[in-house]
Amino acid sequence: MNPGSLRRRALLRLPVATLAAAVCFSFTISPAVAQDKIRLIGSGASFPFPIYAAWFKDFSKVSGGITVDYQSKGSGAGIQDFINRTVDFAGSDSAMTDEQISKVPAGVQLLPMTAGEIVLAYNLPGVKSLRLPRDAYPAIFLGKITKWNDPKLVAANPGVQLPDLPITVVRRADSSGTTFVFTQHLAAVSADWKAGPGFGNTVNWPSSDKIIASPKNDGVTATVKQTRGAIGYIEYSFAKLSKAEVALIENKAGKYVGAGGEAGMKTLASAKLPADMRLWITDPTDELAYPIASYTWMMFYRKYDDPKKAAAIQKMIEYSLTEGQKMSEKMGYLPLPANVVGEVRKAAANIK
Amino acid sequence: MPAAGGASVSAPPSSFDYFADRFFRGLAYAGAGLILLLLALILFEIGGKAWPGMREHGFAFLTSTTWDPNAGQFGILPAIWGTLYSSFLALLIGGVFGVVMAIFLTQDFLPPQLAQVFRTIVELLAAIPSVVYGLWGIFVVIPAIKPAADWLHESLSGVPFFATTLSGPGLLPAALVLAIMILPTVAAVSQDALRQVPYKVKEAAYGLGTTRWEAILRVLVPTARNGIFGALVLGFGRALGETMALAMLVGNANQVLLSLFAPANTLAALLALNFPEAGPKEIPVLMYAALVLLAITLIVNLAGSAIMSWSNRSERAR
Repeated sequence: MNPGSLRRRALLRLPVATLAAAVCFSFTISPAVAQDKIRLIGSGASFPFPIYAAWFKDFSKVSGGITVDYQSKGSGAGIQDFINRTVDFAGSDSAMTDEQISKVPAGVQLLPMTAGEIVLAYNLPGVKSLRLPRDAYPAIFLGKITKWNDPKLVAANPGVQLPDLPITVVRRADSSGTTFVFTQHLAAVSADWKAGPGFGNTVNWPSSDKIIASPKNDGVTATVKQTRGAIGYIEYSFAKLSKAEVALIENKAGKYVGAGGEAGMKTLASAKLPADMRLWITDPTDELAYPIASYTWMMFYRKYDDPKKAAAIQKMIEYSLTEGQKMSEKMGYLPLPANVVGEVRKAAANIK
Repeated sequence: MPAAGGASVSAPPSSFDYFADRFFRGLAYAGAGLILLLLALILFEIGGKAWPGMREHGFAFLTSTTWDPNAGQFGILPAIWGTLYSSFLALLIGGVFGVVMAIFLTQDFLPPQLAQVFRTIVELLAAIPSVVYGLWGIFVVIPAIKPAADWLHESLSGVPFFATTLSGPGLLPAALVLAIMILPTVAAVSQDALRQVPYKVKEAAYGLGTTRWEAILRVLVPTARNGIFGALVLGFGRALGETMALAMLVGNANQVLLSLFAPANTLAALLALNFPEAGPKEIPVLMYAALVLLAITLIVNLAGSAIMSWSNRSERAR
């Protein structure tokens, strides 16, 4: 590309007032910038959006000309964009199915980039700590345990005065990865749940006037905070932000565990990543592990037409795996365990 | 051209006048045609994408109550019911208030300046974003009506309207907020209708010895009837299509109940909440649902104009 055409294009874009300045600068700066300036476009999952946005903002500062734009549209829309090749990479909370992968001729590399926990936020005035046993919380979400002073809950919470209040379940109204991860866990824990609603981005919830829905994490959080006797599932980062009361959950080993960095890392470390990087830890066995946690993925093409773009993507992945992970805990996400970082880095070499 | 001296002001149209006239007529026809074309294009686009869903689910889609993407079962009867029920309730509340407000603001109850202030405030309601209405509903309306709803449920639980408890989001808070949202539309259009009644009609009514209320209810409102009815149809149409506030307030549960306090669902909310994460199996059924919403809106508008023209004809026949 010759500098003359570049200059002309720069002139066309600029408003008249800065024209004179543009003429001077276009001789000196724009050819140099044009060589390095690479813009990566991604779209998809909204759950990791806050941390992705922070990563990409920081990365743009240190990358020397690479900018990354990520649109939080939802995992489904991201996968669609990725298949249609309208983006350079995409994010998804539910990875990609084999059928979806087969639609991408250039090949797909899935990489888990961060992880999150899902917590059960509740609203019971005066109850500061609540333990939910394994056989109770699936029953609550099935609408089978309907009172807070149900014998099962009372037995698990000695010394806590549980009120005689009906339980109001608050669920996500929109189709979401959060629901996917949560219902997948419930299906792993409870046979009734598996045979009933099953799991997915939206499930067929039991109908009851005590099971209500609200859109997005903010909606569920707000509704739980507004409704006495409510319980709802939200992402840990939201619970942290809104200072909602969060229940301790009994894990497979029979221990009550609260969400947080340590417990979540134990969950991630409890299972080995397979070669295709698709791993759901639906019910971790480690006794310190928090039971409901999941990776979220970025999807890349194995082959990019522009080698510069592939190099830029490698740079971005490396940044996210090193500097990026340091931000995770503060923002309510889980940093990837060291062995996972190693495997992801190895897999990232497939992107060319 | 300025008329100078004794020259006549009137002149035969110049060729430029002819041209401008024809040009403008062409432009107007093109504009009208484009609207039809746009509607056809929307129908074609949605219909094309909905076709696989229509073929697979047929009319059972309209009568089934299950929405279960995992099992591949889709039905929108609860959403259709919720859309019509919530819009009807909103029209009942918002319509009455809107028309009364229009009468109050146009029939010299207030000094003109004060009436203008009120008019502006009502019109401001239309400028509030839908999400704000939704949040206001969650944080203000629901806690405010909860005690009354609990009392009604406890003392009158035999009445189907109060058969369930209000747990938070539900049909009544959604309908109340919707009523406020359609209020500006109903009030503004009704005001225009009432203002268009010639002043001499009112004077004649007073001349015949009517009281103020007789004049308003027997003469003015019936004269402006067409416009007021149009306002109500517009308001109903707006209520049918309202999305975000309802998605936040209606409770999004797929059930068909008469109870005002039960969570329900609406078509627009169903579409807005399921689209972003919809897979290839869900998109056709969502498009099908969109087509149904479009059809309902169209039927309501057609029914509205049919009723209006029918009542005009029977009026003339008398």
